[in-house]
Amino acid sequence: MSIRFNFGGDEHIFGEVSEEMSLTSFFTGLSMTNAVRTAGIRGVTEICPANASFQIRFNPDIVKPQDLLSELKSMEEAASKADPVLKTRIIELPVYFQDPWTRETCLRFRERHQDPSSTDLEYSARINGYATVEEFIAAYSGQPWFVSMVGFVAGLPFLYQMVERKKQIQAPKYLRPRTDTPKLTIGHGGCFAAIYSVRGAGGYQMYGITPAPIYDPTRKVRYLADDMCLFKPGDIVKFKAIGRDDYDATLEEIEANRWQPTVRECTFSLKDFNSDIYGTNARLMELINGR
Amino acid sequence: MAVKVISPGLSTSVQDLGRPGHYHVGIPEGGGMDRFATRIANLLVGNDPGAAVLEATFMGPELEFTQSAVVAVTGGELPPKLNGEERPTWESFPVKAGDRLSFGFLKGGARAYLAVSGGIDVPVVLGSRSTYILGALGGHQGRTLKAGDELPLGEGSGKAGLSLPADLRRARNSPAELRMLPGMYWHRITEAAGNRFFEETWKVAPEADRIGYRFRGGTPLEFVEREQPFGAGSDPSNIVDACYPYGSVQVPSGTEPIVLHRDAVSGGGYMMLGVVISADMDLIAQLQPHTPARFVPVTLEDALAARTEQRAALALAEGHLAG
Repeated sequence: MSIRFNFGGDEHIFGEVSEEMSLTSFFTGLSMTNAVRTAGIRGVTEICPANASFQIRFNPDIVKPQDLLSELKSMEEAASKADPVLKTRIIELPVYFQDPWTRETCLRFRERHQDPSSTDLEYSARINGYATVEEFIAAYSGQPWFVSMVGFVAGLPFLYQMVERKKQIQAPKYLRPRTDTPKLTIGHGGCFAAIYSVRGAGGYQMYGITPAPIYDPTRKVRYLADDMCLFKPGDIVKFKAIGRDDYDATLEEIEANRWQPTVRECTFSLKDFNSDIYGTNARLMELINGR
Repeated sequence: MAVKVISPGLSTSVQDLGRPGHYHVGIPEGGGMDRFATRIANLLVGNDPGAAVLEATFMGPELEFTQSAVVAVTGGELPPKLNGEERPTWESFPVKAGDRLSFGFLKGGARAYLAVSGGIDVPVVLGSRSTYILGALGGHQGRTLKAGDELPLGEGSGKAGLSLPADLRRARNSPAELRMLPGMYWHRITEAAGNRFFEETWKVAPEADRIGYRFRGGTPLEFVEREQPFGAGSDPSNIVDACYPYGSVQVPSGTEPIVLHRDAVSGGGYMMLGVVISADMDLIAQLQPHTPARFVPVTLEDALAARTEQRAALALAEGHLAG
């Protein structure tokens, strides 16, 4: 497998690891961007990993595009051979699934949906072969997710579930995008979950809402005082399904600025994961539960 | 020590030369959409070229000064009026405490830049004073201006009567020609569709803002048939969500191209046909809705030559202002 490199105008180099999504491609992209960051190449201004690709922005007045391209190509072999072991962290995020706010929004934009007679959750459960919405939510919150990209808007994570491909939950985007999505909605499009960091337009199916801010431009939220965005590519996220009472209680703690998410340092090896997916996930989740 | 906003105009925000370095968490570079106009406005009033200015879109604000200062308006032809009396654009002039600055109707371009000696002194956030509206970050309270806002000014010492002659400003063509390096996912469309894309004249759609410019009026693209890769989504224009370069040309469902600008969404799931070259980004900032425009294919060498030419033009203008 070799990376497809391409100039994006005179200021960007785009590298596509593969056309399709896989954790292996994500790791190759992440290894490449880590290598570029470590190399400290003069003239490089932005280093952006994405799901199965990455992008480097540069100033061509400082580094010649062809020279940078050669340098990136020289890193490719090491990046795709590297035994992908990542020092990262697992973050537990409470989610109120089937909440009244995304449900109201979902009903308001029904005519833009594939199946106006179902809710987004009912539709997604059905097309993914789950008998009930509850079983679907159990699958959604039962196994952890990788932050495979942060972007679109400030702090919005794209999440890829850490399960084998045949168990990946997939759902189309709305036929026409909505003009509104509540802030902190958990949405799903293609094989990716996303958390809307700000209120706004959106096309992902809506399943629930988290009380926890993930982006704070004012840096008043205690756990966002240093980094205004909670998530970084490579983070692991575990959704914890909560009900209305827990949601309200957590929100109250957040408003008093007493709450923070459970975060644990961890090491992730792609090789170990591929040889025992659910054993690896169970060990990761124990870090969250065993305090 | 301030500028009071009497009426805000249509969409006026504080901008400087942007905050690179945070695109990997979805925070775009931002800053004045027309960089040349932003820099020159500052130089005309004796500021550093990267001081914060006001960017006004289509319609100007009305402002009252609480101190004397030197101001200049560049970019689109939005004629300034001091206490009702017209003043020239691309030329610095003095204002006193109590003076009111308003604007006439837009005569050309789309965005005007107002620099005030000392610069607009809002807090620096992530290295810049620019307003990122979508993320409620930076600028004045993270948003466009409202009536009643008061903007603090820095210490300045500009001199009035400095101007940039018309031949040192950027000329505009009609139809606008946006030079573009084809690439990225160009292989997803048929050769005939690719040829048509460049031959046809498009028009700027009303959905044109700091995030991006949408274009209408061309023939929908024909895609090369394929089985969609896992995770990409079912529409032939979908890809596994990837990063979007500044200036990238995406075509959702193959119908209306969108060129991303300074407040770009940093990534998403639509294929891109290529990227408008850096030297033509300022030009986009000055396109009004309904303006005819063509995309012109160029090579990387052409793009770099255009960039060198643009730098030379800026150096010439800077040289003139430095006296």
